[in-house]
Amino acid sequence: MGKRTIIPFGPQHPVLPEPVHLDLVMEDEKVVQAIPRIGYIHRGLEHLTEKKDFKQMVFVAERICGICCFGHSVGYASAVENLMGIEIPPRAKYLRGIWQELERIHSHILWLGLLADGFGFESLFMHCWRLRERVLDVLEQTSGGRVIVSANIVGGVFKDIPNEQMPGIIEQLDSIREDYEAISRAFLDDQSVNNRLREVGVLSRQDAVDLSCLGPMLRASGVAEDVRLYEEPYATLGFTPITSDEGDCYARCKVRINEVTQSIDLIKAMADTIPDGELSTPLKGNPPAGSQGFYRVEQPRGESFYYVRGNGTKFLDRMRVRTPTSMNLAGMTKILQGCDLADVPMMVLTIDPCISCTER
Amino acid sequence: MGLFHLGKMTFTSTFKKPATRLYPYEQREPFERTKGHIVCDIEECIFCGACARACPTSALRVDKPDRTWAINPFDCIQCSSCVLVCPKKCLRMDNGRPAAATTKQVRLYHQHPYSQAEKEQIAKEEAERQAKIAAARKAAAEKKRKAAEEAAKKAAAGGEATGGEASAKGDE
Repeated sequence: MGKRTIIPFGPQHPVLPEPVHLDLVMEDEKVVQAIPRIGYIHRGLEHLTEKKDFKQMVFVAERICGICCFGHSVGYASAVENLMGIEIPPRAKYLRGIWQELERIHSHILWLGLLADGFGFESLFMHCWRLRERVLDVLEQTSGGRVIVSANIVGGVFKDIPNEQMPGIIEQLDSIREDYEAISRAFLDDQSVNNRLREVGVLSRQDAVDLSCLGPMLRASGVAEDVRLYEEPYATLGFTPITSDEGDCYARCKVRINEVTQSIDLIKAMADTIPDGELSTPLKGNPPAGSQGFYRVEQPRGESFYYVRGNGTKFLDRMRVRTPTSMNLAGMTKILQGCDLADVPMMVLTIDPCISCTER
Repeated sequence: MGLFHLGKMTFTSTFKKPATRLYPYEQREPFERTKGHIVCDIEECIFCGACARACPTSALRVDKPDRTWAINPFDCIQCSSCVLVCPKKCLRMDNGRPAAATTKQVRLYHQHPYSQAEKEQIAKEEAERQAKIAAARKAAAEKKRKAAEEAAKKAAAGGEATGGEASAKGDE
């Protein structure tokens, strides 16, 4: 046994977009153990339920994360709808679906850029982020916000995408798809990218299930689990999750790459079949005392869980969020054991950490 | 080699315009729905304060006696909550981005000041209202006093009557 040293990694590191600290216990070039530490950007957003009423909290929940923000507002609003026993109109469900998928596209392309930056492929990083800008333009045209959509309210949505605008969106997504396929070929077929990602950080199917990994990390280990399987409108559109059996960094990259094209197809299908009708259901009264509601939503990084409890006033008693990264950190420490120091950035990046969600 | 997979894209982008813009000199037209800033049509406003209560960041101040509507643009998160709740639909989201500011100022909208005739009318209405209230109070007090007197009389009469009965019973 060699001499053990501890290398601090983060919270500020060239490959890290998010502040997470890792104590890497090293034995020569091998990582023996990785001890994560978070707590750099805790903002106490859950506590704000005591100061902001349940309608205003939608906008607070949307600001939990800077990338998967719309998913958070969907999760919160749906949890409160669940608590109050409200059924939202079908058009609102489709609109939420379209914005969620647009968000997934931009989040995954952003992540691909960060990954390319992580293994030192600067021009690929630039191409990814240039492409992401076009997705953000679609978001801005439809909702007014580049990233923060602000379209959700408890009971539905308050912004509409007119049916006449749908063909324009599909046309833009088709042109994005052409460029995107060129970029994804660079990720999947390129030899240097393959050398960095193949057989690095293998997470077995059993480990992924045991450590409760979520989202693309779980699906890359061969488990076809996705919340979208059980919710509308995806269930009617015949959604099947994308999986891969290898469980390494390459598989996680491949799953996310294929999810973008799947999201484009889903948006097209939703735009074709979107029903007409109301955008929101009117609310009656406040959340009843002692009532509880929850909702699971598939974010770009995995499943988020929302729990809310009412107390009869306009303020909620409790709001609790479980975010995907807090679960995936366990899987990350597992795959870091026994890897080379040079591979650590790839593994940390391929779980797509979002620490601002995790700490809230 | 990444160059071969990205070759076409890299080659074509050599002959294209840059993807970025020389921002302050060259500006893009905002989209129709772009969240720029909140505009208030102050002449329509009735100063109900619904917008200020709905605002998640408490960026709005509505003052009914002064007839002012103020927004702190540095607190506003462009969520359109105020636009949604406004009963007169006098608030809207403008798609123009606000100009850069050197100081943190509140944007204040002031409804036209009252004219002399309006002031007199308001004073007259207020005086009438006060007079009505005073009259109603006086009437209520009078009614109460009368009711109390009646009750006292009744109680006295009833007391005598029951006293008489009791004495009568006692006699038996």
